Amino acid sequence: MKPEPAQRPDAIPARLRTILPRALPWAVFALGLIVAPLIFSGGASLSILSQIGTMMLLGLSFNMLLGQGGMLSFGHAVYSGLGAYFAAHAIRLAGAGTISIPISLVPILGGLAGMLFGVLFGYVTTKKSGTTFAMITLGISELVSACALMMPEFFGGEGGVSFNRVVGRPLYGISFGPQIQVYYLIAVWLFICTLAIYAFSLTPLGRMINAVRDNPERAEFIGYDPQHVRYLTFILSSFFAGVAGALGAINFEIVSAENVSTGRSGAILLFTFIGGVDYFFGPLIGAALGVFFTELLSNYTPAWQLYLGIFFVLMVLYAPGGLSGLLVEAVRPKVLRRSILRWPLLLAICVSGLLVVFGAILAIEMLFQRSLGSDSELKLFGISVDTSLRMSYVVVGLLVFVSGISLRWAWVAFWDGADKPQTEIAGVTIRRTGT
Amino acid sequence: MEFILFTLLNGLSYGLLLFMLSSGLTLIFSMMGVLNFAHASFYMLGAYFAYSISVNLSFWVAFLAAPAIVAGLGAAVERYGLRHVHKYGHAAELLFTFGLSYIVVELVQVTWGRATVQYSIPAELDGPLFTLYGTSFPIYRGFMMLVASLMMLSIYLALTRTRVGLVVQAALTHPSMVEALGHNVPRVFTLVFAGGCGLAALAGVIGGDAFVTEPGMAATVGSIIFVVVVVGGLGSLAGALIASLLIGMVQTFAVSLDYSVLTLLTALGIQETALRGSVLRITVAQMAPMLPYMLLVLVLILRPKGLMGTREG
Repeated sequence: MKPEPAQRPDAIPARLRTILPRALPWAVFALGLIVAPLIFSGGASLSILSQIGTMMLLGLSFNMLLGQGGMLSFGHAVYSGLGAYFAAHAIRLAGAGTISIPISLVPILGGLAGMLFGVLFGYVTTKKSGTTFAMITLGISELVSACALMMPEFFGGEGGVSFNRVVGRPLYGISFGPQIQVYYLIAVWLFICTLAIYAFSLTPLGRMINAVRDNPERAEFIGYDPQHVRYLTFILSSFFAGVAGALGAINFEIVSAENVSTGRSGAILLFTFIGGVDYFFGPLIGAALGVFFTELLSNYTPAWQLYLGIFFVLMVLYAPGGLSGLLVEAVRPKVLRRSILRWPLLLAICVSGLLVVFGAILAIEMLFQRSLGSDSELKLFGISVDTSLRMSYVVVGLLVFVSGISLRWAWVAFWDGADKPQTEIAGVTIRRTGT
Repeated sequence: MEFILFTLLNGLSYGLLLFMLSSGLTLIFSMMGVLNFAHASFYMLGAYFAYSISVNLSFWVAFLAAPAIVAGLGAAVERYGLRHVHKYGHAAELLFTFGLSYIVVELVQVTWGRATVQYSIPAELDGPLFTLYGTSFPIYRGFMMLVASLMMLSIYLALTRTRVGLVVQAALTHPSMVEALGHNVPRVFTLVFAGGCGLAALAGVIGGDAFVTEPGMAATVGSIIFVVVVVGGLGSLAGALIASLLIGMVQTFAVSLDYSVLTLLTALGIQETALRGSVLRITVAQMAPMLPYMLLVLVLILRPKGLMGTREG
């Protein structure tokens, strides 16, 4: 017979042993949020970090729908954007002295606004699931975008609604004027909301929405109304989207029609999917990578949206579990053992993969250079290519072709004898979604 | 009278153009369960190819070649992209086409630039068809209506009177039975997808010069055709036709009605200056872009399966 854990002298360490693994990721997350601005301390990087924070929260709230509920929404920006507008108007009113609300609590207001519209629009959208749900959310998104240009009193027309976020007297020296204070405001809200969203996934409702995603008929059979479960989840998700929207508004001090646009909704979907919807932390990776690339890549190349699109399509084709899915697969003991045993093949995969990427980037940049028509010489990665010569296209094409073939060969040889290649396992949620 | 007649004709031609787009979309959807997000991108590609061909050769070559090229592209997309993600389910297929629409817009910008291209109506179709009450109706509008009607007729005949059409119809409802009878259902899927893309491109060929050919044209029409397909009932061709005409009419009439609730109130003798800055001053013309989406929401509340739909999505 096993001894009871409580009777053992080291009872407290035993309890610690169960709590620690659960608390550790949160501690790391909190520490990361605190330390990040100290490591990346430049003016621009602080702004990027703040954007990543809001995008992370948006991604997490979006994943309540897509990952946990199997609801593919094309209109998530509606709720964050409307939350942002309400936050902006509240801060303006506070600035004028009409109402009194501290900036640190404005996100709650934005969240409530997002929730209100979640209650309103969610009633229509969550009647359906799958493809129809996707189309209706797109319709609602277009509806709100059209409204935004029609009612300049609320939406501020083309220019948007701008405001000054420094309102009232500073409390303990915190005025939210400096960017670093705004970053920590976002970080605190992000941490609280992440905890709340994680807690939601453990509640009976959070479990039921998983059941509704996987098999609505059976969920209905045991006495739950799938429509109602989807509706409740949608409302909660809109709340967090609204919080994220308000935080974004405070960060930029301006809200425009772009915030509710279909393009913004598409970006949320893109980033979240790239991060991966199977795991809770997936959207965090997606948001960080997405904002980072949007901000940095757009400085270097006019083709950054093309890269984003291609990357996304490749993810859908070969890794529907997203980056987090790939990451989890890569550290599986089986895969690790295979990687160590077949390291030359792994090396071949990496080298030819890099060559494919390099060649593709070169080709795209050459085409862009040519279409802009300013200069025929392209300088990239320290090499210089003449884009007016036909020969350079042939060479680059050949490079992509040859390295592509070697990549495919190395990939097949690497997985030779395995019962399931990794792409077959990943993407569980996407497969269950939308039938 | 003149206003009503001409708006009716314009609405009809716009509605028929919408039908050319949505018919392919709804066929693809009902067969493969794939909501092709990139459908409007193929429409845009059709317009751009037609522009390039008509500049170098002639409009009539473009009229035949552009849809054929785009149909070929569509077949390739189905064969090498969609079929691959098919095993991940419908959501992955939807996401794939969503990503594709992103890429197409960017590629179009690389190839043809960000500005509007000068894709204009051919000289032989330029001019008035008839003049009524002093307003002339352009030949090209008539040509658009003719092409759309012919296309509608040929889809109908192809689906009901040919062997391939019967296989397609059977594969819509009983794919596994059709496969058991020895037909290559995946190839039928490729055929339908290519056909749908070709129809979208045809709409691009005749719509690109009537409206504008620019990189934003796919986004403009993209959401509208989703509305058409949902309002008409997913998978229903007849529903798509009715919904296309309805939305074509509603939008064309709305943009020419410069009245608002406030105008009505003023006409009734209620003069309220406090209302002048309120929502009531928004005219029907200003509301035109959102009318299709309001129709969508209404239909979903009142008749969730769409006008002619047989199943709930």
